[in-house]
Amino acid sequence: MISLTHLQRLEAEGIHVIREVVAETERPVMLYSVGKDSAVMLHLARKAFFPGPPPFPLLHVDTTWKFQDMYRLRDRVAAESGMRLLVHHNPDAMARGINPFDHGALHTDLWKTEGLRQALDLHGFDAAFGGARRDEEKSRAKERVFSFRSGNHRWDPKTQRPELWRLYNARKGPGESIRVFPISNWTELDVWQYIQAEAIPIVPLYFAAQRPTVERDGLLLMVDDDRFRLRPGEVPVTRSIRFRTLGDYPLTGAVESTAATLPAVIQEMLLTTTSERQGRAIDHEAGASMEKKKQEGYF
Amino acid sequence: MPSPSYEADALIAGDIDAYLERHATKSLLRFITCGSVDDGKSTLIGRLLYDSRTIHDDQLAALEADSRRIGTQGGAIDFALLVDGLAAEREQGITIDVAYRFFSTETRKFIVADTPGHEQYTRNMVTGASTADLAVILVDARKGILTQTRRHSYLVHLLGIRHLVLAVNKMDLVGYDRARYDAIVADYRAFAAQVGITGFVPMPISGLAGDTITSRSANMPWYEGPTLISHLETVPLDIAADQARPFRMAVQLARRPNLDFRGYSGLIAAGTVRPGDPVRILPSGRTTRIARIVSFSGNQDAAVAGQSVTLTLEDEVDCSRGDVIAAADSPPEVADQFEATLVWMADEPMLPGRSYLLKLATQTVSVQIQAPKYQVNVNTLEHLAARTLELNAIGVANLSTDRPLVFEPYAESRELGGFILIDKIGNATVGAGLLHFALRRAANVHWQAIEISRAAHAAQKNQRPRVLWFTGLSGAGKSTIANLVERRLHAMGRHTFLLDGDNVRHGLNKDLGFTDADRVENIRRVGEVARLMTDAGLIVLTAFISPFRAERQLVRDMLPAGEFVEIHVDTALAEAERRDVKGLYAKARRGALSNFTGIDSPYEPPGQPEIRIDTATMTAEQAAEHIVDRLFALRDEAAFSI
Repeated sequence: MISLTHLQRLEAEGIHVIREVVAETERPVMLYSVGKDSAVMLHLARKAFFPGPPPFPLLHVDTTWKFQDMYRLRDRVAAESGMRLLVHHNPDAMARGINPFDHGALHTDLWKTEGLRQALDLHGFDAAFGGARRDEEKSRAKERVFSFRSGNHRWDPKTQRPELWRLYNARKGPGESIRVFPISNWTELDVWQYIQAEAIPIVPLYFAAQRPTVERDGLLLMVDDDRFRLRPGEVPVTRSIRFRTLGDYPLTGAVESTAATLPAVIQEMLLTTTSERQGRAIDHEAGASMEKKKQEGYF
Repeated sequence: MPSPSYEADALIAGDIDAYLERHATKSLLRFITCGSVDDGKSTLIGRLLYDSRTIHDDQLAALEADSRRIGTQGGAIDFALLVDGLAAEREQGITIDVAYRFFSTETRKFIVADTPGHEQYTRNMVTGASTADLAVILVDARKGILTQTRRHSYLVHLLGIRHLVLAVNKMDLVGYDRARYDAIVADYRAFAAQVGITGFVPMPISGLAGDTITSRSANMPWYEGPTLISHLETVPLDIAADQARPFRMAVQLARRPNLDFRGYSGLIAAGTVRPGDPVRILPSGRTTRIARIVSFSGNQDAAVAGQSVTLTLEDEVDCSRGDVIAAADSPPEVADQFEATLVWMADEPMLPGRSYLLKLATQTVSVQIQAPKYQVNVNTLEHLAARTLELNAIGVANLSTDRPLVFEPYAESRELGGFILIDKIGNATVGAGLLHFALRRAANVHWQAIEISRAAHAAQKNQRPRVLWFTGLSGAGKSTIANLVERRLHAMGRHTFLLDGDNVRHGLNKDLGFTDADRVENIRRVGEVARLMTDAGLIVLTAFISPFRAERQLVRDMLPAGEFVEIHVDTALAEAERRDVKGLYAKARRGALSNFTGIDSPYEPPGQPEIRIDTATMTAEQAAEHIVDRLFALRDEAAFSI
């Protein structure tokens, strides 16, 4: 008898979900954010369709404010996978010069939420894979693997379909689309262990190194390029830091760390006392804010 | 007192590589917790997360703040708040759906399906139970076995969960009284035998105080059984048992990424597969052998139940999505008529006779469900008579599919015996079902081969058979126009027959009333009769309100493409009511007639009828002429002649 480990079973489930979507939808796309969860999801897709490439493109809804390391890995990984990479920039946000320094919440709203809607509508995608996990946040615990969105990309928690056994109902009306989460049942530890077991490439920023930083509003920010606006009196200080999540560099808090290898990162994660999303400025609002954002179409 | 299960911190800090190696080989157990609102279910799950260090300090800080603000434990930590999700339910203090939680110990990762305890319970619990290996049935030690306990036990047993834990909770509130515990366990044993539950593991616990969760409790030295965690860590997994069964894999995708490669992808439902194994493709029955098990990291020597794989076959056989690749010497059955248990999950009740989509493994077919044989009262387990199934109802019915299904009884295979039902118009998942067995009828009733074919009948009459389906509100003018059309066709030498709604209800359908379910059956029978008449070569005209899109589509699907002509006799409700030829609208408005279309029963107008007649701009004669011109123009007729 061959006994399957929890990672093998999670992998099998993720591959099954990805194949179901390809079998039952017209134009699927994989949202690729360059983070570790995206890396795992993409790896599952490549395994699902081997020896061919996954039969759908990657979509990066970009804000132009990601870390430079992220852009480098994105382009390399897309080339290796043999998949088409689509990069979308919200032209409106671009024209108005929306940026994280001047525009606060509007920055996320326009570049990410609105940008995602634009990109999906522009290409007519009817199913989009996302790397969200149920353990990230309370409202996610109830999200389905197949999550239906109305014609204007809104999420209604009351009309989600029951999901029994491995049976997913992917039928939808005109204009409706689906968000699909193949790694719903993975935890942060599962993701790390799988990255280690499968030697999946991830952005070097997850590992500790000496980097230029400033401390601002309780977050430790990295000065990733010369667009970073230093406030009066701020002087970048080199610290040994790494990131637990990756987003727009002016909005993503680092942690001081010396964990430079995967086992060390996992060790730190297991012994740490704050949860993963705390590094993201977006989640510091009231308890149910993620749910509100999802109803409006945030991924 | 922490148990060995969680004494990992030292190892993590001291030797992370050793820790990771140990954790790389954990197994996975999915379980469901069942209990009603006050049984302490959320508290127990919160406790499991808390004890397993799944809660981080910042989440704990938020939990403490929430506990003070809206908690039910007088300011002490309210574990229930940890697992409450959506804003609406948080305000109402109830959970409204299935949520999934995760924690792990040294040897296993756990996925917990957390389902709520109010009236939507059946739907949510069935959903949560469908993927679970084990169920924890919570009982409040102060209250003992309740109606809900019976309902939960029946449902988890129905869904085929073989491992049951009877967790007698809140032992702290009954002074850890052994006699109380023993009495509850004895009660449950008697009930379990009735339902057919063959075994369960009882344990006295307190979710709030932590007794018998990770370690034996000093408060109950008399209890010698396992703790909850140790039992969860050691219970055998279904997936291991599945490996011992004959090989089955439903094909998700047949892939041909290049000319040299043709592979079949799917998740192995049962058994083990190796290169060289003889297999049978179903439903076709063709046999071949496994050539390779292809994977990213090279070809594999074997694959087992629970793995997603891509197989190549030795011969080029026809095999596509929906087919099942199975062990050649013990293949699953193929049938198109079944008995099944159904769980209804939609606000709109099940309509016998309506055509739904049925998805089982990777097969999607059309299905018609007959009127239920009975409905099960989930509280008393009595069998009740039923004509339909409402939201959360469970019943047993026969069903027939439009194509043969490869299946196994649910009791033998969840993967090939469990199905969902999908509404064809709204696309919602409206129900779930468990196949019992194939009806022998399916094997014994064959189509009688007829020597004079459909085409021969039509050719003799020198016409293309068709169904002119008139639909519209009562009093719209369907019968009047259909009559005029038939007179014209008759004069042209066509062989026709008019089926009129009122006339059919005096004979063939006199046992049917006007409920939604009866309307569906009415149209199904008329559709079948019309189809037989077209087999005989006739042009059939039907005049029925036929208010539902789904049934008109059903009749359309019964006929060859192009033979169903939908004619919408479109009259505004106000105008039909003003005419009120039969005095029915007045009666309906008085309340003397119920389920009247347009008044208290809906009419769903056709989206794209072949012909639309606007009675505001056309007389009946003009309408008839228009229809005949559209359908029987000379040029057209020549093309249609067979």
